[in-house]
Amino acid sequence: MAASKEAAPGTLTAASFGVGGLFVVGALISMFIAAGTHDGVMTFHATLFILFFVLGIFAIGKRHFDAQENPPEPPARDGIAYHDGPIRVATIAALFWGIAGFLAGLVIALQLAFPVLNFDLAFLNFGRLRPLHTSAVIFAFGGNALIATSLYVVQRTCKTRIAGDLAPWFVVWGYQLFIVLAATGYLLGVTQGKEYAEPEWYVDLWLTIVWVTYLLVFLFTLAKRKEPHIYVANWFYLAFIVTIAMLHLVNNAAVPVSLTSPKSYIIWSGVQDALIQWWYGHNAVGFFLTAGFLGMMYYFVPKRAERPVYSYRLSIVHFWALIFLYIWAGPHHLHYTALPDWAQTLGMTFSIMLWMPSWGGMINGLMTLSGAWDKLRTDPVIRMLVVSIAFYGMSTFEGPVMSIKAVNSLSHYTDWTIGHVHSGALGWVGFVTFGAIYCLVPWLWNRKQLYSLALVNWHFWIATLGIVLYITAMWVSGILQGLMWRAYDSLGFLEYSFVESVEAMHPFYVIRAIGGGLFLIGALIMAYNIYMTIQGHVREGEAMEPAPAGDGQLAAVGAK
Amino acid sequence: MTDTKHTDDVTGVDTTGHQWDDIRELNNPLPKWWVYTFYASIVWSVVYWIVMPAWPIFMNGAWTYTGGVIGYDQRVVVENDIAEVAAGRQIFLDQISAQDLPTIQQNAELMEVALAGGRAAFGDNCAPCHGSGAQGSTGFPNLNDDDWIWGGSLEDIHVTLKHGIRWEADDDTRFNEMPRYLTDEILTADQVSDVTDYVLTLSGTAEITEASTRGSEIFARECTACHMDGGIGNRELGAPNLADAIWLYGSDRASVYESVANARAGQMPAWGDRLDPVTVKQLALYVHALGGGE
Repeated sequence: MAASKEAAPGTLTAASFGVGGLFVVGALISMFIAAGTHDGVMTFHATLFILFFVLGIFAIGKRHFDAQENPPEPPARDGIAYHDGPIRVATIAALFWGIAGFLAGLVIALQLAFPVLNFDLAFLNFGRLRPLHTSAVIFAFGGNALIATSLYVVQRTCKTRIAGDLAPWFVVWGYQLFIVLAATGYLLGVTQGKEYAEPEWYVDLWLTIVWVTYLLVFLFTLAKRKEPHIYVANWFYLAFIVTIAMLHLVNNAAVPVSLTSPKSYIIWSGVQDALIQWWYGHNAVGFFLTAGFLGMMYYFVPKRAERPVYSYRLSIVHFWALIFLYIWAGPHHLHYTALPDWAQTLGMTFSIMLWMPSWGGMINGLMTLSGAWDKLRTDPVIRMLVVSIAFYGMSTFEGPVMSIKAVNSLSHYTDWTIGHVHSGALGWVGFVTFGAIYCLVPWLWNRKQLYSLALVNWHFWIATLGIVLYITAMWVSGILQGLMWRAYDSLGFLEYSFVESVEAMHPFYVIRAIGGGLFLIGALIMAYNIYMTIQGHVREGEAMEPAPAGDGQLAAVGAK
Repeated sequence: MTDTKHTDDVTGVDTTGHQWDDIRELNNPLPKWWVYTFYASIVWSVVYWIVMPAWPIFMNGAWTYTGGVIGYDQRVVVENDIAEVAAGRQIFLDQISAQDLPTIQQNAELMEVALAGGRAAFGDNCAPCHGSGAQGSTGFPNLNDDDWIWGGSLEDIHVTLKHGIRWEADDDTRFNEMPRYLTDEILTADQVSDVTDYVLTLSGTAEITEASTRGSEIFARECTACHMDGGIGNRELGAPNLADAIWLYGSDRASVYESVANARAGQMPAWGDRLDPVTVKQLALYVHALGGGE
């Protein structure tokens, strides 16, 4: 360092050496496993780990020399040097994995309508592509969107640079490694067979390391905040991060066959395993897909609408009610099974009590628009955010209804459940994320505006039509299925065989695939729009006044 | 910047004074309807807990749960429902069990039960191969027509159902084994080709040619023992009729050639091992009644 007296000091701190050292150890362990295993997938995955660690060491070095060459990013208008590099990566990753996940969903929807599309290839089989789809959309698309927005929001609302220097980078890239390990594992047939928790033990361990780092980064950023109070969005983000850590650890408690085998055995068994699985599964919905995205909503809706949040009191009450009640609702996934009556009762009643706490978020989101409803006409991004809240309200009403045992006896195991999930996933999670990314990208890349609002409008309408086709098809087919399965003749014999109910589903499966296809087309339009925005283009005739930007945005935004 | 009182111009409502990155919060009260609906859902849940089994409790040294005031038990409900249906049916099932098939067929009341039960069992067990309308598909016979390989009488159908076809676990299974004429080198490829040409003439699918005439001599030597003169088949041996227009494995030349060259030997499970005897009888009556029964 003494040699480069004129140059900037670079970034090689003790922490950088520490992380680099850990990466060397990680690479050695991976090499040991790659050498010792007889399993092809394990060799492949250990190689991916080695690659990650080696590239990581190079990246730390390159970052140091780059920092010596180039001046650091200019501080934002409020004088704080926010750390947005990892957020840009996570934003792009969310879009990339989102499109991959929507595509996988479209393929399996088509396979259900036309089974010949399995092509008799193991890795294209529905059984392997289905977890690929769910993990890609929930954890890869949703997870990256949550990491990106949470790290952005926590910096802006705490008025401080994010805690840690390499840590946020590690969280983002480590999370991508988790996604690649999980996805390639599914395609190669490695799974522990627990829904939404399919990755095997070594992938789970890796995610634990990444997630705990994420939690620490978030907590330390909150701890060094310059604001006296913690903004509501951060409560939700923190609840999401903490609870997912807990769910992940408990549900994935497993004993591997050996250090070099991808196979492990879950320590839970029987009905306890089922209950823990759905405690996990339901709270993945509750804390990943609800609490996390409510955090997103609480920042981007008031920000985009330029209106205050409707009610501080409501945000407090519905936050604590939601957090307290959600965690109990899982047993409603196991109505009329080996699960004891009393546990079913608790799952159902807590789901009913959850209705209003869920709707608290909807009220606060929608009512924030009061005084700015005209923006629904003029700003398609606001329209996307508002429609996402409407879908949120609809699916959080439908959920408690479906948890009622009498309704569940009709809806369970049918496509109604699939429709319910997708009104939440496509409508709520998808649209609130799209809206947030449309806000975020110009801010992150220092652009005055999006490339095209007209394209956002196209995205909105095409995707909305897709969702409507999807969920109506699934309602009809689900209720039809439920009714066919429970139809008895006067002698107590079943009226329809299972095969007949499958035949009856065909037209709805085709409609569903069309809906999913439209949703994918919308996302592709978005990807183009975002690409052009990052390139710094503005579509002809669409240049406008500077987009709303707070103190948290780069000073250059206004000037450019 | 923060914690200064502020009133929102649009709504005239005070904010809390907090401000984060230009975001403020109005100091609106909780919506009344929201609070009361929330309370109502809690009250409803508490009532439900009192009525139904609900909370685990530790009592007298062991874990148990509050049973609820109406004594509801899901398992008891299911058991009672099943018992009720079974009791309503039992009188008929006992008769179906005790009587032989032709006698049952004369009894309209019993037949109503047998056909309904047979139809339900068919949908869950037979439809995957034979189709939900018993229309069959390549390799799986159509059960609506009168072209039976192993016989279409009630008794024949019952035996086939009960013991299966080429089902080795059952000693009484329907069994035959057509030679694999080409694979086992009983005939040359040319000879198999000639026989194929001849077989196709039997059903009028192809014209008589020099090759088919050569094939007729081979057919007379190799095939008539089972398929009989003129290829009309023999149900005693399970040898299909080759002179009609119905083909289990396809009527095109390549399919027939493959059948001669390599044989087919399809299987059906012995349902007597899987279903109870009354259900198998119901299935026999149902399949017999589909239209082709003899």
